Order: sequence, then C-alpha cells, then structure tokens
Amino acid sequence: MSSPTSEPLVLARGLTKRFGAATAVDGIDFQVAAGEAFGFLGPNGAGKTTTMRMIGCVSPVTDGSLTVLGMDPRTDGPRIRARLGVVPQQDSLDTELTVEENLLIYGRYFDLSYRESRTRAKELLDFVQLTERAQDAVEPLSGGMKRRLVIARGLINQPDLLLLDEPTTGLDPQARHLLWDRLYRLKQQGVSLILTTHYMDEAEQLCDRLVVMDKARIVAEGSPRGLIDQYATREVLELRFRPEDQAAAEAQLGGLAERIERLPDRYLLYTTDGDAAAVEVHERGLRPDQVLVRRSTLEDVFLRLTGRTLIE
Amino acid sequence: MNHAIRVLEYQLLSYRRTWRGGLFTTFLAPVMFLLAMGLGLGTFVDGSAGGGLGGVPYLVFLAPGLLASNAMQTAAGESMYPIMSGITWNRIYQAMTSTPIRPRDVVAGLALWLVVRLAIVSVVFVAVMLLFGATSIGPGVLMIPVAILTGLAFALPIVAFSVTQRTDAMFPVINRFIIVPLFIFSGTFFPLEQLPALLQPIAWVTPLANGVSLARGIAIGGLDPALAVWNLGVLVAYCAVGLAWASRTFHRRLVQ
Ligand SMILES: Nc1ncnc2c1ncn2[C@@H]1O[C@H](COP(=O)(O)OP(=O)(O)O)[C@@H](O)[C@H]1O
Ligand SMILES: [Mg+2]
Repeated sequence: MSSPTSEPLVLARGLTKRFGAATAVDGIDFQVAAGEAFGFLGPNGAGKTTTMRMIGCVSPVTDGSLTVLGMDPRTDGPRIRARLGVVPQQDSLDTELTVEENLLIYGRYFDLSYRESRTRAKELLDFVQLTERAQDAVEPLSGGMKRRLVIARGLINQPDLLLLDEPTTGLDPQARHLLWDRLYRLKQQGVSLILTTHYMDEAEQLCDRLVVMDKARIVAEGSPRGLIDQYATREVLELRFRPEDQAAAEAQLGGLAERIERLPDRYLLYTTDGDAAAVEVHERGLRPDQVLVRRSTLEDVFLRLTGRTLIE
Repeated sequence: MNHAIRVLEYQLLSYRRTWRGGLFTTFLAPVMFLLAMGLGLGTFVDGSAGGGLGGVPYLVFLAPGLLASNAMQTAAGESMYPIMSGITWNRIYQAMTSTPIRPRDVVAGLALWLVVRLAIVSVVFVAVMLLFGATSIGPGVLMIPVAILTGLAFALPIVAFSVTQRTDAMFPVINRFIIVPLFIFSGTFFPLEQLPALLQPIAWVTPLANGVSLARGIAIGGLDPALAVWNLGVLVAYCAVGLAWASRTFHRRLVQ
C-alpha cells in the first residue's frame, strides 16, 4: 500500500504561497508519515485549502520546499497525482452523469480499464452506502451523499494518500457522523490521510496528529490529547452571567482558576477540578445564570493560542 | 495523447446523456434553412435576369455557405456556456486535473470532442443537402472536413475565452457582435464581392468567409488554388492561435 521505506509521505520546509502581495501560507514546516491521519485545524482563511492544493500538485509552491510521495510537485505533478486521492472543499461532481458514471469516468482518468473501474466503483459505492443510488442522477442527492460519493471517487485509484479538505463542512450532525464512521474505517484499514477542518471534534476524532493553523502559519503541533495537555487544563468551568451582573462578577473571579478567558457571552475558567471551582464560585456569593463543567478540547487550545474561537 | 482521449471519453459519456435533446435541431436547422432560403428564395433568384448566381442555381450556391455557418453556430454553442459552467459551477475540469490529467490535456481532449461534435452536425447537414439535390456525393464528402475546420476556427479561441469567465454575461455579446454579423456578411447569402470595398479585406481575415469560400469552391468546382491556400491558412491560423491561447487560459484558471 505505502512505500516500503519509512520516508515521509509529505515533507514541507518553509512552505510558502503568495497570491500577489497576500501571503496565504507563510513558511510552514510539517511532515506526514505513512499510515498516519494528519490534520490541519484552523479557522476560515488560515491557509488550509491553499496548503492542500500545493500537496495535490495543482498550486505551484512560491517558496520553500515540498516533497510528496518522495517526488517534487514542480516536475512530477502527474506522477504524484496518479497516487493521490483528492476530496476538494467544493464538490466537483458531474451533474450530467449518474452516480456510478461519475466513478467510472474518474477511474478512466487514472487509466483503469472499464472493467476494473466498474468493479472498483461497485465496491466503493457499497463502502460509502450508495449502492441503491448507483443509477440515479447526482443532483437530487443530499449534501452528505454527495460528499460520500466524492470520497468514493477519491479512492478509485487506491491512493497512497487521501487528501480531504473540510470533509463535513455544511453537513447536518447525522450526516457528519456517518461520514466520520466511514473515514474512521479507512483509517483502520491503514489508509494515510490528511484532512483539514475547522471543527475541533472532527480533528479530535480522526487525527493521530495535527497542526493548528492561524493566519497562514502553524501555531502548534501535536496529538489532540498532547495539545490539550500542553495548552489547556484538564477541565473547564463555563460561567454565564446576566448582563447586569457581569461587571460585578468579573471582579470576583480572580484566583479561581489557572487562567480565565472572557468570551462575549461567557467566562471560561481553566482548572484541573471544575467542580471544586464551581463550589468556590458559589461560596463567593456569585450566582451565574448557567454553570457547566467540561473537559478541555482543541477549541480551548485554539483560544489559548490565538485569543479567538475557531468558528466566529 | 492518452489523457486527451480520456477527456474525449468524458465528453462522449456526457453527450450520451444529452444527445437526444439536440437531435431535433441538428436535423431541423439544415432542413429549414435549405427549404426556406434555398428553395423559397432560390425561386426568385433563379427566375431573375441571369438565372441563378453566375449561372449556378441559388440552392447550390447557398448550401455550402449554410454548411459552414451551421458549423460556426454549433461551435459557438459548444464553446461558451458549457465551458464556463464546467469550470465555474460543476468544476469538471478541476476534478480532471486532480488526476494525472494536465490542463493542456483537457484542452486537447476538448479539441478532439469539438471535432467529433462538428463532424456529427456536418455529416447530417451534408446528408440533407444530398437529399435536396444541393450537392453530389464527392464534393459533399470533401466539404465535411472544411466545415469541421471552420467550426474549430471559432470554437478554439472562444473556448480559450470562456474558461476565463465567471458568468455568462459576455456570451450574448459574442453572439450579437461576432456570430450574427459574420453569419450575414461572410458570403453565405450573396457573393463577398458585393460587400462594400472597404469591408472586403476585413471579411477575408475572418474565419467564416474563408470557410464558406473553400466549401463553395469544392461544391461548385473550379477551386482557385491560391485562394484555397489562403482560406486554409486563415482557418488553420485561428485554430492554432486558439489552441495555444486555450492552453494558457486553462492553465491559469486551474493551476493557481
Ligand atoms: N486563488 C487565490 N487568489 C488569491 N487569494 C487566494 C486564492 N486562494 C486563496 N486565497 C487567499 O488565501 C488565504 C487562505 O485561503 P484558504 O487557503 O482558502 O484558507 P482556508 O482553506 O484555511 O479557509 C485567504 O486569505 C484567501 O483569500
Ligand atoms: Mg478551505
């Protein structure tokens, strides 16, 4: 499946992309190993898609170096693309063709025979649970079905590396969970994948390792657990006050936690023991409208690193 | 080449889903034009003083011009809206170029497809001409590649332009200021020599006038070799420039 050597599937050093005067990707370093599920977590405009397009050899590198599957995208684009699976941020399905035909012709682009392409299309439609829709037009499919079809299409050449750019953005929760389940299976089968997302739960569930991207740069790197341990406390106490109580409350929060973040609608108190902190809040005579104790997430990591939330 | 063939395969697969819708116009256009203009108008022209145009029945004079014009119209239809919507909305070409297929393969494949598409309408058109007795089999067959070349001379530069567009706003403009005027003033309906002297040199560097001239030379006979070389040269030049330009514009739009 992957190359026998242990060289990284993707290696980027000082990778930079400029569009005119604007810098979309600003000297980032990362590498992805075979068998890994690697993520780019960051808000809109962070430079995730641009990075994915450079890896996918459809966007020339402005500066720095990039190696994909041991080759140079500048000179080996077609050979690299032959071994990649691509799920772009925007679906690019052909609405004039049926579900099955979309896969068939895509297999042909990779020089598969019609027979081979048909066999794989059948298996893949089964895998993404679209077998019943094989002969249907693409247009009436739901957003989640289309996304699954694009994933099936990206697998038709049995790629060494699957690139997923925001695989579940815009889908309802049920469709997202179905998709996560399929992606998790791929991961279990040992398919190497790189995904971008601005959903911290998606990154936590699917990524072995990820980088947090903000404003064209990488601001942190690690496993989801490791990042949380490093940049957040174990628990978070969320407090919401009535607007008229807010000013008075804020003055009394000092010393209750290792760190306190103030969001427009609530306070986040970072502490190892959220319940203990909640008791203390009560003892100080504060009466918040809402009290919630939860585990820290990558959202908290992002907030810590950038002072902003992932989804504005 | 292999990759260009894949792009052609895609176009054929897509055509297989839509050809029925276009079938009616493919047949109807030549029948209506030849009936109305050739036979209808022809009765007046042929009945007038000289009897036909330079001794040639009007239908025989007109039909090769309509064949070339029909190729132009088909080319215009295939090279505007489908290309723009393919790159802007369906993202067909983005999907192709995330495989081993390169932008220039897409252009080559589209060129192959245009040849096929133009061949289909031109074969049908010539068949209808034969049916109406507007030409005979030998010249009829020879005119087909001329019609294809004329269509390509339009389609390739327009394809190059269309892929740069994000809406269909410019397409009616192209139709109104290029396609329709050329249809009327390229010698299809009356000899080019009747155009104002000032316009004639302009006409001779446009694709349709040269396509009509070549097709008519074949149909009526007595093809002037020097003129034929000029006609071919102009058509090939439009194709070559269109192909090179399209390679640039596809690359620009797909590789950013
Ligand atoms: N083709 C392009 N031309 C000019 N600017 C672009 C282009 N593509 C992306 N950008 C800019 O680069 C930045 C990063 O965009 P993108 O990579 O799409 O971010 P993300 O995928 O993280 O939302 C944005 O400011 C965006 O406007
Ligand atoms: Mg993006």
